[in-house]
Amino acid sequence: MSESSKLVVEPIADNNPIILQVLGICSALAVTTQMMPALVMSISLTAVIVFTSFFVSLIRNVIPSNIRIIAQVTVAAVGVILVDQVLKAYAYDMSKQLSVFIGLILTNCIVLGRAEAFAMSNTPGKAALDGLGNGLGYSVILLIVAFFRELFGSGKLFGVEIMPLVTEGGWYQSNGLMLLPPSAFFLIGLIIWVVRTWKPAQVEKPSFQIHQVHRTEVL
Amino acid sequence: MALNKDSKAYTLIVAAVICLVGSVLVSTAAVVLKPQQTANRQLDRQVNILRVAGLYEPGIDVAAVFDERVEAKVIDFTTGEVAEGKDPSNFDPKAEARDPANRLSLSSAEDIAGVGDHSKFGLVYLVRDKDDKISRIVVPIHGYGLWSTMYAFLALESDADTVAGISYYQQAETPGLGGEVENPRWTAQWEGKEIYGEDGDVAFRLVRGGASPDDKHGVDALSGATLTSKGVTNSVRYWLSNSAYRGYLEKVRKGNADV
Repeated sequence: MSESSKLVVEPIADNNPIILQVLGICSALAVTTQMMPALVMSISLTAVIVFTSFFVSLIRNVIPSNIRIIAQVTVAAVGVILVDQVLKAYAYDMSKQLSVFIGLILTNCIVLGRAEAFAMSNTPGKAALDGLGNGLGYSVILLIVAFFRELFGSGKLFGVEIMPLVTEGGWYQSNGLMLLPPSAFFLIGLIIWVVRTWKPAQVEKPSFQIHQVHRTEVL
Repeated sequence: MALNKDSKAYTLIVAAVICLVGSVLVSTAAVVLKPQQTANRQLDRQVNILRVAGLYEPGIDVAAVFDERVEAKVIDFTTGEVAEGKDPSNFDPKAEARDPANRLSLSSAEDIAGVGDHSKFGLVYLVRDKDDKISRIVVPIHGYGLWSTMYAFLALESDADTVAGISYYQQAETPGLGGEVENPRWTAQWEGKEIYGEDGDVAFRLVRGGASPDDKHGVDALSGATLTSKGVTNSVRYWLSNSAYRGYLEKVRKGNADV
């Protein structure tokens, strides 16, 4: 795999920002009750990361190190406001539904994390690809979570009825938990479990292990 | 000249340049996209009003139908009259409330719906039928539920008493419980209920445990959402009471709405 395609592909399963680094959880809980907002959120966040990584990398040699975090946040904030404005103009219903969460992309740890950890020490092209990869990694998890939450919570996918609900005269008794934020925790936990079974390299070493002492043992 | 990247002057200059470039980008976007955004907001409002008035079908030309059938008016709550010199098309109740002369201050006993101090003016939308007679009166109402202020349009029949429909268009109540205020199967129950009781006060309310079928003022409360239901009842009680739209609605009922 070439280096640039590795930058994009690696964060999707091998080094996923949500399930391996456990970053960006807050928005993964908030916007995943339905597929459509999750998709729009994913696109928005990916756009912001690519924008931020690219421009931070572009000015990385100019930024004085004592204000580098503030400079990165400023760049990210510009990206977030641009995305928010565009959504308000061209996807008004979505922007209403996502309301404050678009603005909160700024506080998403993935954005600042990539800017500080990667973009500050790599060329703009690479930084943008790295941003794209991490954005996609975030998007994949968001869409998987939203798939289950919308399907079992509302019996729909992208607003199209799959399983008619009892309250609408159908047969499916919806799972109310799926509509509430905690269900995303359970789903993300299950995804982490599945992925770590598939790729044992991601399993963390226990930070502390009880050392059993036997009477015969000399410490 | 060798740049000292840690000098104060350099830091300040870089910070200023980054901020300047950022703000130019942001303001450009805001200015360029503004007309589109305003149009969206207006369209959204018009769709909600047409929907609650029963005129909305997917695919219609919203702006044209709205212009033809709906007339917006600004009402003075203190007199119940149409306010002179207020243009409904750019009336903003929040901006109006900033002017102390136009602000109604509520005591906590009066403020049952948690609306806070607000403008003494409010919008009302008169929907006309093909013969130019008033067929529906749409009033915007809002009130605090469990988590959020819930905004709705309430449509009344021309008698200014019978509910023709309710449509919640902005709320953040618990999904699946209080969030069901948006459920069309629930809001369908509102149709045909009467707001005012025999004594002329607002008798409409949500009934815990379910309203009996012959209760002409009651609608089932939302199960598992006591506080949201209370908020809904209080919003209706407040906005249709004497402190808000009632004076004007009385006039419409007596047939002099065109004053």
